Amino acid sequence: MSEKVFINCTGGGPIRVYVKNGKITRVRPLVFDENDASSWTIEARGQKFTPPRKACVAPFALTEKERVYSKDRILYPLKRVDFDQNGERHPENRGKSGYERISWDEAINIVSGEMKRIRSAYGPEAIVSRGSSHHNWGNVGYRSSAWARFFNLIGFTDILDNPDSWEGWHWGAPHAYGFFWRLGNPEQYDLLEDALKNTEMVVYWSNDPDSTHGIYGGNESALWRIWLRERGIKQVFVDPYCNYTAAIHSEKWIAYRPGTETALAMAIAYVWLTEDTYDKQYIKTHSLGFDEFKNYILGKGDGVAKTPEWAAEICDVPARNIIALAREWASKRTMLSSGTKGGEGGACRQAYATEWARMMVFLAAMQGMGKPGSNIWGTTLGPPFNATLDFPGYAQGGINRLAKKPAVNPVKQRIYRLLLPEAILNPPIKWMGDGFCGNSIEQQFNKYVYPLPGCSEVKMFYRYGGAFIATMTETNRWVRMYQSPKLEFVVNQDCWWCPETKFADIILPACTNLERNDISEWANAGGYSVHGAGACNHRVIVYQQKCVEPVGESKSDYQIFCELAEKLGVKEEFTEGNTEENWIKIMFDSSDLPKYISFEEFKKKGYYIVPQLENYKPTPCLRWFYEGRECDTPDLGNPKRNTEKGKELGTYSGKLEFVSQSLLKHTPDDDERPPLVHYIPSWEGHQSDLAKKYPLQLISPHPRYSFHTQHDSHVPWLSDIPGHRIWKDGYDYQVIHIHPTDAAARGIQNNDIVKLYNDRGAVLLIAQISERVRPGVVHSCEGSAKYDPLEPGKAGSIDRGGCVNLLTPSRMLSKNVPGMAPNSCLVEVSKWEV
Amino acid sequence: MTRYGMVIDITRCNGCYNCFIACRDEYCGNDYPPYSAAQPDKGSFWIKIIEKERGKYPQPVRVAYTPILCQHCDEANCVKAAKNGEIYRREDGIVIIDPEKSKGKKELMSACPYRVIYWNDEKNIPQKCTLCAHLLDAGWKEPRCVEACPTAALKFGDLDDPNSEVAKLVAAGKVEILHPEYNMKEKVSYIGLPKRFIAGTVVFGDTDECADKVTVAIGDGQEKKTLKTNNYGDFELDGLPSNKEYTVRINYTGYKPQTFKVFTRDDVYMGDIFLTRK
Repeated sequence: MSEKVFINCTGGGPIRVYVKNGKITRVRPLVFDENDASSWTIEARGQKFTPPRKACVAPFALTEKERVYSKDRILYPLKRVDFDQNGERHPENRGKSGYERISWDEAINIVSGEMKRIRSAYGPEAIVSRGSSHHNWGNVGYRSSAWARFFNLIGFTDILDNPDSWEGWHWGAPHAYGFFWRLGNPEQYDLLEDALKNTEMVVYWSNDPDSTHGIYGGNESALWRIWLRERGIKQVFVDPYCNYTAAIHSEKWIAYRPGTETALAMAIAYVWLTEDTYDKQYIKTHSLGFDEFKNYILGKGDGVAKTPEWAAEICDVPARNIIALAREWASKRTMLSSGTKGGEGGACRQAYATEWARMMVFLAAMQGMGKPGSNIWGTTLGPPFNATLDFPGYAQGGINRLAKKPAVNPVKQRIYRLLLPEAILNPPIKWMGDGFCGNSIEQQFNKYVYPLPGCSEVKMFYRYGGAFIATMTETNRWVRMYQSPKLEFVVNQDCWWCPETKFADIILPACTNLERNDISEWANAGGYSVHGAGACNHRVIVYQQKCVEPVGESKSDYQIFCELAEKLGVKEEFTEGNTEENWIKIMFDSSDLPKYISFEEFKKKGYYIVPQLENYKPTPCLRWFYEGRECDTPDLGNPKRNTEKGKELGTYSGKLEFVSQSLLKHTPDDDERPPLVHYIPSWEGHQSDLAKKYPLQLISPHPRYSFHTQHDSHVPWLSDIPGHRIWKDGYDYQVIHIHPTDAAARGIQNNDIVKLYNDRGAVLLIAQISERVRPGVVHSCEGSAKYDPLEPGKAGSIDRGGCVNLLTPSRMLSKNVPGMAPNSCLVEVSKWEV
Repeated sequence: MTRYGMVIDITRCNGCYNCFIACRDEYCGNDYPPYSAAQPDKGSFWIKIIEKERGKYPQPVRVAYTPILCQHCDEANCVKAAKNGEIYRREDGIVIIDPEKSKGKKELMSACPYRVIYWNDEKNIPQKCTLCAHLLDAGWKEPRCVEACPTAALKFGDLDDPNSEVAKLVAAGKVEILHPEYNMKEKVSYIGLPKRFIAGTVVFGDTDECADKVTVAIGDGQEKKTLKTNNYGDFELDGLPSNKEYTVRINYTGYKPQTFKVFTRDDVYMGDIFLTRK
């Protein structure tokens, strides 16, 4: 058979897939042709900047061949050998017992039969379901689409996801500058051009854009940072770890102790206040509560002046360096790069991280955030962007939004993701906050209880994906939860064996998006990440062409849910008579794309590059606010845009709030997220009592070479990257970075297998002795695809796979802030003798 | 004549490993007779990235990523060692190991001082980079690694075409050979290969302030370079040869000058240097 070439898209970029004899042979990044729309050019400082005519994808985007045919693929429907839905279920053996192959008919009969039984015995709320993130791509077949429509249709207890990657920004920053419609991250429009023209320094604070890519942008922005360096724009990194971006760009590294960054930020403010080097006019006209902030920093309220010397003691950074940074920052037009999307960064996943995120906003504000060259900019978003062509992102409701009759979940009961084990094991549970609070600031103060009065507890968990043991916190809780008899039935639907898969009673094999058709735009999540495609140099809209037949007996998610819907008697309602192909066409027609290209042409070519606007007029992020004009950026979610309040920020007052009016209204007495920003020592930091027993601080950032758990050990190629995993004694161990002094004190040498542990768990890793991590801190990424306990099925077993989140605390950011704080984690490490 | 080669600009490499993954994707599971047999899924590095960590906390630690692949030498030891045509140079300069003729010839691996030939245990053959000759012959413009590079750190072209980017870089004298002492006329050359640096941080001991604009003279007895500390008191002189002794003299009006001897066995970070008043 001859070779065929298909176009598809991934979470790391669009690809060209070569297929021979029904097998994938090659995966190339998409290279554009001469018929595709031309690229933008920015003229700045006497030079022209234009991107390459290809997709600069993430490394993991090029692993799709290996991932599709991974040894970890689930090939057939499976039943746990000691599970009998009509007899003994043996929930205590989840995680321990093996599986036997069953037919699709049997699998669908068991799953639909259990769903019927549980729904009729307890009500629809007795079924709980949730997906993991980033395993596939596509607006029709991915989790926000087929899965969501199915469960909303039949009704279920939904799980509210915590904003896991940007907690402090989500729960803190909106109280300082609004942007709740972006879940706390700022707009980023046209900041690339602004930086190339006007910026003199970039301060990356807890930000590693070469690893985190503006989420889905792959390596698209890597070149931008090289441009910045080549133009002499100084790049300073403030981070306990000399991260991947720092390792090639850093001219200065300020390595503070994790958990102390708010103190560091306050000392910078102290220098500006006492040396009179902040933008007083801007503060006067654009902010609220500055005098109280000033008094707090100067120590007039609590008697503690937040001086560089005060911070030096806390952060273990010399006061002179803090002063030098503060002075340089005030003297140069500076971009504060405090997370891949402006916000995010490991510092926001810690105790009291709301305070750090607010301080980032305040530091930017004190230097006139929005003025040319001075802003909050992650350096991954904000190229020239044609926002006039509307195309939906994957998180904008998928097929359900396009259905004649969109399904609305009739069940009001919810569970908070981080509290799922407690909800099962030890109800009732309570929390405050909606998870993703993108519709209003008030959502952060909604109070929840589970079980909801009048509702049944959940009895069945329909798990779609299986990342949480590697991505949530203190995850031995998940092991205990899965073995509870209160979960009468557990299903897992996924493409690969993941950390949670082997806790299921029935496993349903799904196919990847290379094995079905779909439609999407690269890096476009939509919704709360509006114009996320700005993480790319070109807008690339893709008809995701099915490349090969589903591997093994796997099926598309849509097909699996169709079969379940049929058994439950709701297939017609679910499909409205549509095939997947129909939905793709409906998605296409719902967008602006038909004005530019016919469906047939789009389907045949497989992609469309959105043309640049002629006479493009940049509207840099927050320039409108700085200049006192109405919002002129295409920030669709901004509810004040195009209203009489168009000049305002999204805060209650419309100004930058040094004293938050929303916190003052809703939780005025909260001393852990007070209306006026505070430095609060971490509940698990270097000064904690626990540090006597566990003296090292673990930071576990997002991995560089895998999208969380979704690639990693599924793809053996990645395990040959020495910064990722290292092969020793017949096993690919995940890497931990240890400073030479800490290693020497423990007799640990390079490439030793070590046990990383605390009272919550233990993980085996391979030691890499490195100067890139400051003393007292160890670094090992979250996102292991492998949970490999030495004692399978035993909660607390030593894990050889590398799930460091077994060790992280389940305690939330603060008492009213239900975010996770994996970077507030004390540990010890010792050499492991086999 | 076409003479294919590469220039690798290490200053633009961010260590993304796209080149490495693209190479695995192209060759794992795929035979391209007569160019190459499939690369094993693990353990072979037809393009290998050497990561060199440079410097010490709390100075900015750098990583230099040096991708190493077959240098496609015009006077390759491996070609000379292959007496029966197991390894040959094509007209366009690409050096190929014949996957048939080289069966069982493990000794050919050691013919390459760059150690870029890998042994395929399953197929019983030595293997290495082919510059994707099978693709070039089919009309592709560049090898997979170059196409996948997001920052143009990898550049490919015809060294005999004076208009090609690689030829221009070579002509401009911007490049160097990884191991010129091998004398093999390598067709892969590098920009920004890591050398040695001497760096330190100067502090005014009396005020505990970062010592800005302090004069630092670094000499090897013959040549002397003078630089100034920056606003953090930091200085750094990069691009020095290894294993050489240098005298570092630090001088600022009103303070006692200080002199140090350092040896560039590795990069030298001198740490904090406190100046005291005269």
